[in-house]
Amino acid sequence: MKRREALAKLTGRERYVDDLPLDAFLWGMTVRSPAARGRVTAIRFGKDVDWSQFVVVDHRDIPGPNVVALIEEDQPVLAAGYVRHVHEPVLLLAHPSREAVRRAVRSVEVVVAPDPAAVDFRVPPAPEQIQYGSDNVIKHLKIEKGDVERALAGAPVVIAGTYETGAQEHVYLETQGMIAQLDGDVLVVKGSMQCPYYVLKALQHALARDETRVRVIQTPTGGGFGGKEEFPSHIALHAALLALKSGRPVKLIYDRGEDMAATTKRHPALVRHRTGLTGDGRLVAQDIEVVIDGGAYVTLSPVVLSRAIIHAAGPYACEHVRIIGRAMFTNAVPFGAFRGFGAPQSQFAGERHMDVIAGTLGIDPVELRRINLLRDGQTTATGQVIRDGTDRLAVMERALDLSSYREKQREHAAFNATHATLRRGSGLATFYHGAGFTGGGEVTLKSRVRVAGHPNGGVEVLSANIEMGQGTLTVFTELAAARLGLAPEDVTIAEADTSRVPNSGPTVASRTTMIVGGLIERAADDLRRRVGLDDSARGAAVKQSIQRWHREHAGEPLFGEAAYEKPPGIVWDDQTYRGDAYGAFAWAAYVAEVEVDLRTCTTRVIDFVAVQEVGKVLNPTLAKGQVQGGVVQGIGWALMEECKWRDGAMANNQLTNYLIPTSHDVPPVRVAFLENPYPHGAGGAKGLGELPIDGPAPAILNAVARATGADPRTIPLTPERLMDLMESAECGVRNAE
Amino acid sequence: MNVLLPASLPEALNQLASDATAVPMAGGTDLLVHWPVRLEAHERTYVDLSRLDSLKPLRWTEDELTLGGLTTYWDVILDARARAELPLLVDAARQVGAIQIQARGTWAGNIVNASPAADGVPVLMAYDAVVVLESRSGREEVPLDRFYAGYKQMKRRTDQLVVEIRIPRRRYTYQVFEKIGARRAQAIAKVGLAVTCSGAGWRVVAASVAPTIRRCPAVERLLEAGIPIASPEALLPAIARDVAPIDDIRSSAHYRTRVMARVLYHDLRDFWGKRA
Amino acid sequence: MTTLTVTFTLNGKPVSLEVDPAARLLDTLRYQLTLTGTKEGCGEGECGACTVYLDGLPVNSCLVPTYQVRGHRVETVESLDPGALEPFERCGATQCGACTPGVVMTAWWIREHPELLETHDTRELMAGNLCRCTGYDGIIDSVKEALEAGGRGKREG
Repeated sequence: MKRREALAKLTGRERYVDDLPLDAFLWGMTVRSPAARGRVTAIRFGKDVDWSQFVVVDHRDIPGPNVVALIEEDQPVLAAGYVRHVHEPVLLLAHPSREAVRRAVRSVEVVVAPDPAAVDFRVPPAPEQIQYGSDNVIKHLKIEKGDVERALAGAPVVIAGTYETGAQEHVYLETQGMIAQLDGDVLVVKGSMQCPYYVLKALQHALARDETRVRVIQTPTGGGFGGKEEFPSHIALHAALLALKSGRPVKLIYDRGEDMAATTKRHPALVRHRTGLTGDGRLVAQDIEVVIDGGAYVTLSPVVLSRAIIHAAGPYACEHVRIIGRAMFTNAVPFGAFRGFGAPQSQFAGERHMDVIAGTLGIDPVELRRINLLRDGQTTATGQVIRDGTDRLAVMERALDLSSYREKQREHAAFNATHATLRRGSGLATFYHGAGFTGGGEVTLKSRVRVAGHPNGGVEVLSANIEMGQGTLTVFTELAAARLGLAPEDVTIAEADTSRVPNSGPTVASRTTMIVGGLIERAADDLRRRVGLDDSARGAAVKQSIQRWHREHAGEPLFGEAAYEKPPGIVWDDQTYRGDAYGAFAWAAYVAEVEVDLRTCTTRVIDFVAVQEVGKVLNPTLAKGQVQGGVVQGIGWALMEECKWRDGAMANNQLTNYLIPTSHDVPPVRVAFLENPYPHGAGGAKGLGELPIDGPAPAILNAVARATGADPRTIPLTPERLMDLMESAECGVRNAE
Repeated sequence: MNVLLPASLPEALNQLASDATAVPMAGGTDLLVHWPVRLEAHERTYVDLSRLDSLKPLRWTEDELTLGGLTTYWDVILDARARAELPLLVDAARQVGAIQIQARGTWAGNIVNASPAADGVPVLMAYDAVVVLESRSGREEVPLDRFYAGYKQMKRRTDQLVVEIRIPRRRYTYQVFEKIGARRAQAIAKVGLAVTCSGAGWRVVAASVAPTIRRCPAVERLLEAGIPIASPEALLPAIARDVAPIDDIRSSAHYRTRVMARVLYHDLRDFWGKRA
Repeated sequence: MTTLTVTFTLNGKPVSLEVDPAARLLDTLRYQLTLTGTKEGCGEGECGACTVYLDGLPVNSCLVPTYQVRGHRVETVESLDPGALEPFERCGATQCGACTPGVVMTAWWIREHPELLETHDTRELMAGNLCRCTGYDGIIDSVKEALEAGGRGKREG
């Protein structure tokens, strides 16, 4: 089925929050801290502004607790006298003229008496920089299996490596924004978001309003990638406070520069490996340390850390594993969810380390993976027995085959020997991604969906999971239609409006198709039973039964419902971090071919092959699109997306200076799927959305290493960094002669 | 904000003469960047050039290509004769931003924006372009390689408008334009190089490695004199005399210097050690 | 505020407006004319989400002062024939849709000027339209399909 809202998007008719008509509204804007840490000693309002024309909101206007509800109650809606990062919201202003409110924001001076800021998450904080617990550690986590110290002591070879990944800015093409207005006594907040119920809970909590007096509606969302998972709650609260104080609708849309500077980014990470192996490359011990920068508030850092450490040991069998994770407090703008959510960071390290190991031992990187890739019956780092029947070697072989890996190796050798200034190489990454919330997370979410039957015989899917480009509207339509034997035109998907749709959980964690799609299938079955049919009834019989039901129950609503049930056999212990971390893993092998120009040390990806096993591909165009989009984000993260910092805030907060790939910078991304239906995923599908961003960075760096002889361990691998590496290793300079 | 809408060139020149703070507005691709948040820019007076049709066309004569004061990058990309005779103009134009910028950006605007990282200026300079300025008090011609006095300082008075850019037609035995950016389109040059060789001699022009775009006389002398150069490192002393790159948000001085040396060395491999 | 009268042709029809001299064409289209198909992605001419045609050429409307369009032709995404966009639907040219109107404008312009592909390739011509969702393959494939559907398919060099 073609994307159902494609034509609306192609013609510009799809309306995003800033496109919606709104009468007599005020533009809202945020006044922010100029300092990374300190006490607000004064707020000075400039004399050149007629402040009586403005709505001004500060922390005293917050009816409930001054907290944006998330994991911990540590992040204020508005700073109340103390600030912990540059750009922290302090005041809100609103005015009918957008230009006037921009000027007014400039005219407010927030005076901060600075305290020593913690700026580098990689070094232990000085005593005066401690602001969280006794050591600025937001979260400690540990995974242990076997006896890693003894195994390392006895290992024939021990290879260590340290790897670093930089922050990444989402650059969703639609910046963040919200509209808040009162509809009678009900506060209605609409906007760009991934999780309407997260926003609802945040609004209820800080505004002390129960669910009958708050309503949240997701508007068509122009990209999210995790950047609109938790942050929209802040903007929703800000717009709401202004709307409540003024009695007028308020629209708050972030400019691109503001969005880049003040909202969340991917957690920077430092990962250390100490790996014990036999001489012929079998893993015997993996000792891994993962440290991430959480920034100035907890946000979702504990969960990002969790996923990072669970994936840190890679898709390999090893009896002795210890993974220690720390999320650090610093006075940086808080980091948050971004596609992959810790797994790209730890798997960059792990997969680059595999090639470092291969190089050190003199083993072919493919062979190293062949020896160690998990076979059915073996266990992961958390002790989860993998028994899904996926042939992980076949996934890798397919990638090698499609990329002509062996032939290219020979071609590259000849090319590199004769070309004066260019070097080519191919690099491999084998990796995995667990779909859905970790461990008991899905149980805690208690997701529910409904499928309504309407008098005309059509059905409507009611869930809180949203469309942000990944294809929710289309896949939900296909699943409901297929389950009931209906035509797609007979299926509507309800707007994600908390006054109408149940809480099916957030649109994150690659769970929407696999888990929520599965609930839709069961809710459709429930609907069918309620109209007196059994599970084999389809098509016209279903429609007619729904119509008849409504004739017999005039005026009553008809719903099928389903609530999340844990698949059998999943056991997870959150205290020991042992057991079945995820119901299903998707498995992948990616090959990147690069060309490095030794004159400029610029790396160009000239071919990319992405092979993955994802259970079942429900919609080939949408699935391929997810892979291609994730790969290009990964290419950007690996080679050109660099956050430059000043006082913990992004200094290069504009698209001229924070570079994402253009169409001219990337090759066609060649995609192949293997299928092995997952019995507990809708239609046999496993989650797919995040997997593709786990692989490109290590594949690319492995390719650059092969092409140049350099040994990069940090991303982004900018030309400047590669030049420094090659000069220090003296490999490039000679090659360029 | 005040905007003046002259219908003719003399009217525009009068307006510029009457208000030294007035800003001429051509394609807007520099002046309107981040417009909503640059509130101070809204307080100025602008002179809209878009109606001055006489400034739009480019013109070929027997001896010259004359670009108009409003000729765009796209105008040159579409010109078959430019592709054939002055291909660096087309190379540079194609690497300015992307089509949306090329359709609106003007060569003259690129000159007077005076960015050290400009894309149009290096190739114009390597072709010995001459900037023709007009004001109410008359016409002045300044060779482009003498147009810049320092960072964002140029030989244009506030009452002058660039009305033409004159490029001599010559037979070139060698020409190359290299733009090294962080990506292949929509990038600001970290290093820009334009090199030409003709009967008039070698021109080596560098961008993004000094406060202004400039000729590199020490490097040119190496070429003119046929000094053998065996490696990129051998160019470093001449480069150090000609340019002064810095560390900035886009790149580092070290990188810029090394790249300039390597690109020049390899591009001109056939010419080092041979007198022109 | 003193306004300017700007008379121009918009999507084939004559229009005359009183505009703020500081208005960008993007602002005039979106907020004054409520033609919200054209999007703002960056305000700096990098992303191309604001692409419109000015006298038949794709430009970033965030960088065009509205007063400069007087006497000229402006076309927005609202002027494109939805019926002709089937190749874009089929090939996955759009995901979240925020970049899409700009992408479609540039892509359609290429489709209408296939001679450009004698000197340019599609990826270079589309480089002024940033997309974060598709990875560009769906867009590039759509252009190729649109050219072939229009009987103008060309083999690229």
